[in-house]
Amino acid sequence: MSEIRFVDVAMRYPTRRGEVRALQQISLAVPDGQFACIVGPSGCGKSTLLSIAAGLILPTEGEVLVDGKPAYSPGADRGMVFQSYSLYPWLSVRRNIEFGLEVKRTPKAERARQSGELIRLMKLDGFAEAFPKALSGGMKQRVAIARALANDPEVLLMDEPFGALDALTRQIMQEMLTDLWQRYRKTVLFVTHDIDEAIFLGDVIYIMTNRPGRIRTTLNVDLPRPRNFEMVTSPRFAELRSQVVGIIHEESMKAVESELARA
Amino acid sequence: MSERVPATQAAPAASARVQRRRRGLLRTYLTPKQAIPRSARLFLGIGSFVVIITLWSVGSVLINNPLFLPSIPRVGTAWIDMWQHQHFLDDVAWSTFRIVAGFLIAAAMAVPLGLLMGSFEVVRSFFQPPINAIRYMPASAFIVLLIVLLGLGEEEKLTLIWIGVFFQLVLMVMDIAHRVPDEMLNVAYTLGASRWKVFYKVFLPATFPEVVDALRITIGWAWTYLIVAELLGAERGIGTFIIISERFLRMDRIIAAIITIGILGLITDTIFGLIHRWAFPYVEKVHA
Ligand SMILES: Nc1ncnc2c1ncn2[C@@H]1O[C@H](COP(=O)(O)OP(=O)(O)OP(=O)(O)O)[C@@H](O)[C@H]1O
Ligand SMILES: [Mg+2]
Repeated sequence: MSEIRFVDVAMRYPTRRGEVRALQQISLAVPDGQFACIVGPSGCGKSTLLSIAAGLILPTEGEVLVDGKPAYSPGADRGMVFQSYSLYPWLSVRRNIEFGLEVKRTPKAERARQSGELIRLMKLDGFAEAFPKALSGGMKQRVAIARALANDPEVLLMDEPFGALDALTRQIMQEMLTDLWQRYRKTVLFVTHDIDEAIFLGDVIYIMTNRPGRIRTTLNVDLPRPRNFEMVTSPRFAELRSQVVGIIHEESMKAVESELARA
Repeated sequence: MSERVPATQAAPAASARVQRRRRGLLRTYLTPKQAIPRSARLFLGIGSFVVIITLWSVGSVLINNPLFLPSIPRVGTAWIDMWQHQHFLDDVAWSTFRIVAGFLIAAAMAVPLGLLMGSFEVVRSFFQPPINAIRYMPASAFIVLLIVLLGLGEEEKLTLIWIGVFFQLVLMVMDIAHRVPDEMLNVAYTLGASRWKVFYKVFLPATFPEVVDALRITIGWAWTYLIVAELLGAERGIGTFIIISERFLRMDRIIAAIITIGILGLITDTIFGLIHRWAFPYVEKVHA
């Protein structure tokens, strides 16, 4: 049982030109085993939201609770995957995946067993001892995901993990991730600005407003599980997509207008 | 007359040389950041030495005065004579010792301090302003002061090298440390690492390759200061050898000594290059 809950979270960054209001009144709860996606216009505070959930930054107001306990600092219970992979270039693929286990002082044999399993699962066979520089973007991100999963976190936080990948690789990674989720049933908070990705992966989609980011709409994705890529062409998928596109478009227009007004 | 070749009946593949000619020579050789053929690289590399040697030879014949520009054979003979009869090896050994000792002391202090300054704002705010100011004071300007304070012994020479290296290196290392991506550290936190573990398991290894690069650059500067110090007074050393040769108007020996410094520099650089390749095989861009 692991649920992550935001209670009236607000974030204001102090800057030289005054405060930047990044988030306002964020209240949402992702129940155990749910895959929640967050979409919203650029700069609306999505990354900020995840950093707060990870405990990397403290919100100006409100708090984040993991299973009812406040998350003031980062911990192994909330694993994070960034768009930039952030692998450790001096460690082999295997040692990257084992990083969290090494930190926890897991015995070597057990580490090897777990990393071996993840390497197979993530289709990284043959690359266990390779350095990250030898990997393609998709493979790098699979290592990063494996590294987060090896730690067996309660909640997985993903910030546009596939944002830097080409369309085909991204599709394959999405399929892989949905299979993984089916297997591990982690609670996931997944930020993206790819609407199809959000619909394909999520149980629920939170659409955020233009900055300062608030939750504008919550949308349940009632596509059946397990999901596969044929569903992308289903009529229900198209319906959901047009709903999300409409709302996002409205928010993006507001963003442009407020920028124009400021200029 | 050009005639279209059907796709199925492909024309015989043109050789790389023919393709290059079709592209045009200028385009092959003068496109920014484009690799040129290996043979051309080799040719140009050797060519530069040929040019230098030719200019030198022609110059020495025209000037025809070994007091200004001795010929190449003359410098070569002097060089051999220096090793055989002038105890030049002692001078080289003394200079090398001073470089290594002065540089090690400077690096042993600059690297840890630079890493701390790059990672802790507390340390940076305290040390950066004075170091920044001193960095712009030319190290050689301190030399008179050092001679008054420390005399003409080894302390003075090592201190001068230290001044020349430390202040530059510390700021270079600070920048390197500062550039370690936050996300790299943040990932480690979310994997359960403590601050101390993030520091030595992520932050430190992330800086190592570039720190070695910085050492490689700054050890070259150490030579400049050493020679200045030796010129102003030392029992032995390449600088001393140069100043004595000057008294005897032995231009050939001076040039030979300068070339020796260049060779020593190349050797140091190669050693650092090898260390880099051996210790950091994972670094994406291999430095030449
Ligand atoms: N450290 C900071 N200091 C000041 N302002 C910041 C800081 N971090 C983020 N911001 C601002 O807060 C707002 C939200 O940033 P955030 O990175 O969370 O947005 P985002 O939704 O992830 O954007 P993107 O879609 O571009 O990734 C932005 O306007 C950004 O400029
Ligand atoms: Mg972001």
